[in-house]
Formats: sequence, structure tokens, C-alpha cells
Amino acid sequence: MTAALINVPRKARRGDIIEIKTLMSHVMEPGYRRTAAGDLLPRDIITSFACRYNGEEIFRADFFPAIAANPFLSFFTAAKESGKFEFEWVGDNGFSESASSSITVE
Amino acid sequence: MGMRHSPTTTRRKFLGLAGSAAVGGAVPIVTMRSVDATPAMLNAAIRNLVGEAPVRTGKVKLDIPPLVENGNTVPMTVSVESPMTADDHVKSIYVFNEKNPQPNVGNYYIGPRAGRAQISTRIRLADSQKVVAIAQLSDGSFWSATADVVVTLAACTDEVI
Repeated sequence: MTAALINVPRKARRGDIIEIKTLMSHVMEPGYRRTAAGDLLPRDIITSFACRYNGEEIFRADFFPAIAANPFLSFFTAAKESGKFEFEWVGDNGFSESASSSITVE
Repeated sequence: MGMRHSPTTTRRKFLGLAGSAAVGGAVPIVTMRSVDATPAMLNAAIRNLVGEAPVRTGKVKLDIPPLVENGNTVPMTVSVESPMTADDHVKSIYVFNEKNPQPNVGNYYIGPRAGRAQISTRIRLADSQKVVAIAQLSDGSFWSATADVVVTLAACTDEVI
């Protein structure tokens, strides 16, 4: 049901730099394309993404129409403690999706 | 240059124009121009970010293929040389383009907790053009890297079949 794909290591050692990969299913209609009849397709994109690690925001991004459909994003963080990563995507036309992933830090 | 002015590109531009004309009646070529960002718009967008501050070349690495067949999804990685400590880290990374309808691609806000200043994503390129990545460090300085990409199939402004 969920439109998100998240890849976070399940386990890490304290201080490890880990890669977080995310993909959200979305058309990312840029708002510049026209139908064969000449009608402009209105913009419909994800405009922002945020990641929280145990409640603290560790990464944020603004997206523009130049981001490809089904936005993929990978970034890094230092594994600090066991807990939860929460991901949030917000966009045009009231788009709002979230996902989460947990990690054990030893 | 050969790629940019291939028969395919010309036909696409023509179709785009035909599309605009169908809506607006006698729409001059200027309409198509206004849809394309220009190097001036790229510079304005960068100035808007950095203000009067100098943007130095270096520290930033922009990995993007020099030749892409499909501008609809172009893999890109930006990394910045930084110890990523509380005193010396990358605050944010900004990516711009020269010839898409608008100059912004994405803004990424990181910080010392990232450990590594690197992001990867997939972008759209509407034409062969320059892509610019700018990093702002914790001391406020701006650093950049630029890459030229040749695109054979453009994204964004194409007609939908």
C-alpha cells in the first residue's frame, strides 16, 4: 500500500556513517508539458522531504520540477543510538506521505 | 553541438512550438524562449542564494554522466570534501541547471550529524547544458563544481503523446 521504498541498515556500530536510500512513488509532473491538444498539464510535484532520527531532523530537501519521477534520494548520517528514522514527503495538491525504519546501534 | 542540433532535437522543439501555438493562437517564438531558463537565469538564481559572497571552485565533486540518452532520469551524485565536525561542516548543497524551464534542481540541508556530505538523486535535463552544484560550509563560504551534460532525448517540455 505504501508508496515508499526505504533502505536503512538494520544494525550499525555507534559512530558508523550509514547511507539512507529513499524512493517515493510520484509522477513529478513538471508543469511545462502539454497534451497533443495543447493543454498545459498543471504542476504536480513533491516539494519537500525531511528525515528525523529519534525525533531530531537530520536531513531536509526541497524538490523542484527538475527532479525525476519517483524521486530517489540517498544521503548519510552517523549512527548515534538505536531508534527510529521517520521520513516525510510533502507536495502539491495536498500530497503527504510518511514512512519509518528502525535501526539497532551497538 | 552536433548532438544539440540533431534532427530529433529540432523536431521536438518544433512540436513544442506547435503545441504552444495551438493554445495561444499566433504565439511568437518568444513563448518558447520564455519557457527555457537562460544562463542569465542560472546566474540570477545563484546570486539569489549567495548574495555578494564569492563562489569558489573546489571542494565539491559533481558526478553526472557527460552524455545521457534520456534526459528524463539522469543519475547525479554531489559530494563535498569536509571533516563534518561541529566546527567545520557542510550546511547545505544546492543544485542548479542552465536550460531547464527553471534554474533550480534541488536544495539539500545536511549538517555535522551527516558524517559525510554526499547526496545522490535522479534529475531531469531538458537540453544539453551545464549543471552547477554549490555547497555552503559552516563558515559561510560557498564552493562549487560544474559539469557539462549532452542530452540526446530531452525531458520536461516534451509533448505528451
